[in-house]
Amino acid sequence: MSELLIMKDYPVLSVLLWMILAMVVMYLARSQVHQAIRAVSRVLANAMRLAAYAVHMGEQRLNRRNKEVLLAEGAKEVEREVKREFYRIEAVVQRDLQGYPTLHRNMSDLITRIDEDYRQSTETPPSPPAWLDAVETVTKLPDSGDKMVAGILSEVHKTINRQHKHTMSEFRKQSSARHRLLKKMAPFWRKLSQTVEDVGKTITGLHERAALIDRRMADYEAILANSDRMERRLSSSSMTQLFIAGLVLLIAIGGAVINFNLIALPMSEMVGGGSYIGPLKTSNVAAMVIILVEVVMGLFLMESLRITRLFPIIGMLDDKMRRRMIWISFAILLTLASIESALAFMRDRIATDIEALRQTLAGVEAVQGRQSWIPMVGQMVLGFVLPFALTFVAIPLESFIHSARTVLGVFVAGVLRVVAVILRLIGNIALYLGNVVISFYDLLIFPLLWLDEKIFSGRRPKAKATLMEEVKQ
Amino acid sequence: MKKLIPVLWVLGVLLAGCVDTTSRSRAVYMLMDTSGTYAAELEKARAIVNYLLGTLQPGDSLAVARIDTGSFSEKDIINKVTFDGRPSRSNEQKRVFRQAIDDFIHSVKRSPYTDITGGVLQAVEYLNETGAGKKTVLIFSDMEEELAKGFVRDFPIQISGIRVVALNVTKLRQDIIDPRKYMSRLEQWEKRVETGGGTWQVINDLERLDRIL
Repeated sequence: MSELLIMKDYPVLSVLLWMILAMVVMYLARSQVHQAIRAVSRVLANAMRLAAYAVHMGEQRLNRRNKEVLLAEGAKEVEREVKREFYRIEAVVQRDLQGYPTLHRNMSDLITRIDEDYRQSTETPPSPPAWLDAVETVTKLPDSGDKMVAGILSEVHKTINRQHKHTMSEFRKQSSARHRLLKKMAPFWRKLSQTVEDVGKTITGLHERAALIDRRMADYEAILANSDRMERRLSSSSMTQLFIAGLVLLIAIGGAVINFNLIALPMSEMVGGGSYIGPLKTSNVAAMVIILVEVVMGLFLMESLRITRLFPIIGMLDDKMRRRMIWISFAILLTLASIESALAFMRDRIATDIEALRQTLAGVEAVQGRQSWIPMVGQMVLGFVLPFALTFVAIPLESFIHSARTVLGVFVAGVLRVVAVILRLIGNIALYLGNVVISFYDLLIFPLLWLDEKIFSGRRPKAKATLMEEVKQ
Repeated sequence: MKKLIPVLWVLGVLLAGCVDTTSRSRAVYMLMDTSGTYAAELEKARAIVNYLLGTLQPGDSLAVARIDTGSFSEKDIINKVTFDGRPSRSNEQKRVFRQAIDDFIHSVKRSPYTDITGGVLQAVEYLNETGAGKKTVLIFSDMEEELAKGFVRDFPIQISGIRVVALNVTKLRQDIIDPRKYMSRLEQWEKRVETGGGTWQVINDLERLDRIL
């Protein structure tokens, strides 16, 4: 260090001299250094800006792709929904309106019968007897006090009374028959009214379904028109779906863990408890495989039933093959559920035996109390039911996979956006940092710059202008 | 062919997992000192054996042997077993083992000498034969070796990969008078074990049996 001192006896002076020398060198190299600093900062800024642009482009491409996927999924969903509604309408039409000719005939028959009954029930006044005029003539004969005439008249009176009673009796009979007919008509009226009401309900149901289809078709058109509103709606729906499906999957994983604990111990009775596959016990692997096979069979069952659409090839199978697949996967599931139930039974026995042994080893006399069968039955039922419950994992799994694609896409696009902003920020910082360094450089040699300005201020107006320009830049 | 490559890769990984030959079973060889001064402590040894029986899993091995005048002999092994893979069968084996130890403790005869080195050599032989991944020798003794005339035991022993645990190392009368003797005895054994490639541990508090394995 001491070699660097120009005057060894005066270190301060030496340092001062070194500083002046450095300032002079820096002053002489000022222009070149400024250019170099500016070039480096610009290169950095441009590189960052380019990188930010590339990332931004990537983000835009990803956004476009996300939108395409989202809208395609949405379109597929709406198509499926509309198709389902049409199937329902077809079912309603087949169920209710296919029998319309029969219904129409029934209604016509009912109306004809009602009409006939109505006609039969109309009231017809009894016709007056033909000899009524003769009686009237006789009654108008002058009373001559003749006993014979009085006798005839008395007989006529009796006859008329008798005839009146007979006519009234007939009239009552006919009225009664008419009332009977009208009474018979009532159920037919009610039936007719009910039938008309049913048809009305069917028509109303169809009308509601048609309105729903209209709404979904409007959505479909919006999707086909690449509407931003639909994109936002579908995206929000995907996030909700992901959350719900994730929650259900977590619950299902909990079920699978319980299932695993139920069969892991008894599996060691079957495959041995001392062997390992890699770092895992063979019995644990076997138990896990059984559970996974159950989940896979559940997936196949759901696919075959066309509830989920994870494997299009299964959905495209012909109905006969699909039905066969349903039965095969169900049979395997049933077998596995029975095996699990048996394993749960075995687990209870082994656990009891181990507990008894531990008590003996601990010097405690094993209590030979009456053992409850409830836990054992509970475990067996659980072992049988859980495989079927796991079958339904296919539904949230499908939702999770589909919505995860969208949500992941949105997330990656967000990350890219942040990266682009950061790159741009770094670029700007580099650019302004260059200016700061230049200013600091000038600050270090400010005495020489001050002298320069004093001496050459009048002579180099252009140079000064250039300098100011540079500083501004 | 391109599609086959990932499938083959996955199969390869699975096979690699299957052919992992690292043994994960445990083998424990317990030596019980039956010399005059220590025979009274055998009730504690029974508790340790019971603890081992409750802790060892199917596939593990356990042997219990006595330390007497000449312990480098199969005749000194009281009982040995490799537990069956099936838990039910393994439980049955544990019951039989426990009975054998109980019978031994009731009928044990005190031995005049204490050949610990011979016992350790026998233990090493047994443990290496089991092929277990984790091998432990438990020495239930005061670690004071007393050899009969003519017995040669002052040579290095090879116990690489084996953990040696001295249990319940009681202090002898001369240890109480001069504790350096006790410490020197333990240091000597530690040095001998570690020179032979093994690891050494002393557990005197039998409430902490969980540290054995």
